[in-house]
Amino acid sequence: MSNILMQVENLSVTFGIPRRGGWPWTPPDQLQAVSNASVTLKEGETLGLVGESGSGKSTLARAIVGTVPVSGGRVLWKGKDMVGLSAAETRAHGRHVQMVFQDPLAALNPRMTVGQVVAEPLVTHFPDLSKSEVRDKVGAMMERVGLLPALVNRYPHEFSGGQCQRIGIARALITEPELVVCDEPVSALDVSVQAQVVNLLQDLQRDMGLSLLFIAHDLSVVRHISNRIAVMYLGRIVETAEAGELIANPRHPYTKALIASVPIPSPKAERARHRPVLEGELPSPLAPPSGCVFRTRCPIAQPDCAEVRPELLEVADGHMVACPHHDDAANADQQPAESVN
Amino acid sequence: MLATRAIADQLAHKDAVKGRSLWADARTRFFRNKAAVGGLIVLLLVGLFALIGPFIAPWDYEEIDWSVLGRVAEAGRPSLETGHWFGTDPLGRDLFARTVQGTQISLMVGIVGAFIAVIVGTFYGAVAGYFGGRVDNVMMRIVDVLMSIPYMFVLILLLVVFGRSMLMLFIGIGLVSWLDMARIARGQTLTLRNKEFVEAAVATGVGPFTIILRHIVPNLLGVVIVYATLLVPSMIIYESFISFLGLGVQEPLTSWGALISEGSGEMVNGTLWMLLVPLFFFVVTLFGFFFVGDGLRDALDPKDR
Repeated sequence: MSNILMQVENLSVTFGIPRRGGWPWTPPDQLQAVSNASVTLKEGETLGLVGESGSGKSTLARAIVGTVPVSGGRVLWKGKDMVGLSAAETRAHGRHVQMVFQDPLAALNPRMTVGQVVAEPLVTHFPDLSKSEVRDKVGAMMERVGLLPALVNRYPHEFSGGQCQRIGIARALITEPELVVCDEPVSALDVSVQAQVVNLLQDLQRDMGLSLLFIAHDLSVVRHISNRIAVMYLGRIVETAEAGELIANPRHPYTKALIASVPIPSPKAERARHRPVLEGELPSPLAPPSGCVFRTRCPIAQPDCAEVRPELLEVADGHMVACPHHDDAANADQQPAESVN
Repeated sequence: MLATRAIADQLAHKDAVKGRSLWADARTRFFRNKAAVGGLIVLLLVGLFALIGPFIAPWDYEEIDWSVLGRVAEAGRPSLETGHWFGTDPLGRDLFARTVQGTQISLMVGIVGAFIAVIVGTFYGAVAGYFGGRVDNVMMRIVDVLMSIPYMFVLILLLVVFGRSMLMLFIGIGLVSWLDMARIARGQTLTLRNKEFVEAAVATGVGPFTIILRHIVPNLLGVVIVYATLLVPSMIIYESFISFLGLGVQEPLTSWGALISEGSGEMVNGTLWMLLVPLFFFVVTLFGFFFVGDGLRDALDPKDR
């Protein structure tokens, strides 16, 4: 838990959106899905990434994995910049960084058997392995994620969602990567299966010394699995802190609203709760508000919020917040989820 | 693809459970469809006819029965005694042997055309769709340009300039048959490319051509096979039209189109069998292909029903 595995510095991802009704040579609209995001991931650590839909969580993950072109910033992997590597080098790097997807069934090729699916990364990165070695490794990995190795010749559609996600995890882990990016791995599963998969991920992480980048919009799942949590809003990281610290003591008004929105599994407490609700919608990332992007919905917005873009500043040990007014926010009438009236 | 498949075969332990692939499911659904199975049986019979016909025909397809010549309308009728089971053509050649020969040519033209379309069109479309952007634009504009050329005119020119031969016919058909297939394959690839399993392969570090072969093409095949079975009859019609114009295969070789053309010219003489026999095979085969294609579509894509 000491060495820095990966450092993302001022990463930006911009997509060109062709303008509707425009000519082929009309310059496309620029959509900045991720803007100057910086996160650090230590070896063996789990970093949770939360934010509402459209906040750029998945895009950030894909930029780290390398399936989305980066338009600015650096991704340092053990000190080496991964942005701008040749296609072949990026592919070779895939051995160290693997990904688990949101929709477990869609992430598996319907025409391949489970054995072929799980073996694919192995065959890609270790073409010299003999067939029996591959078979043994696939069987061992299937067992490790809690599937019968005898099921290798089955096809993905013959499995349940939870089993498919286990297959996806097996495929991600077969090359013994150092970082696994989990893009909402449990949000398509039902709650009892969610717990199984989350616990499986935790066990595997402990056994294999993995680092995890765990994306979710469900704060309770993220709190359960993460060491640290980063909160994203409209492509910007607005707050990062240790998991316990962030939940117990959120500084950014958006984080507070996010935590306040977590339902309490008790109707009585839920009804009695004072819950500040965020007004409005996520602004369009095609035309983000000036200055602080959250100011349009922020309960404590000040006139100067429209002028300067807030920097991510350390306010306590390991606790970074991108809001110059977060101290005022502490005084405002906002309370974290734990303090129920 | 083969490597992983071979590995998966190896993976089959003695106690490994055998999975039901989507192909196996589709096969079951196909064989439950009576019209499709009927079409398949008809096609098999026509294929059998083309294959073993030459060995059972008492006459050769270019041999002239001099005893019939000049009185074809009376002596050239279909009969078991003379050995002309389907009658003779206006020159006294045995129509059974000629129909067998025409069936061979027509089926070959249809299957070769569809085969070229499947191979070239699928890969062309998959590459264009997978890489997207500028590559896609250039590749698909080439298809557009080729499509905008009136192909019948080009084929007729080809046959006139380079002489009538089977090779020219195949080249002409090959030139046009893959265009539609490329478009279909590209469209399908565009949706497949955004599927998560393709992204998973990209993230894993699988090379682009391996992804096309292993992940894109097998998932395209359903659509491609259906389209190919419908392409075979259209190629046969295409060739028949060329032959009907008198530009297709060269005498003494023949094809369904040439036979139908010949037969329709002789209708006034009361020798209807010359038209009806090749027409029967033509129609029956086309129906067979359409039913099989329909059945395949329902079997491979049950959601569309």
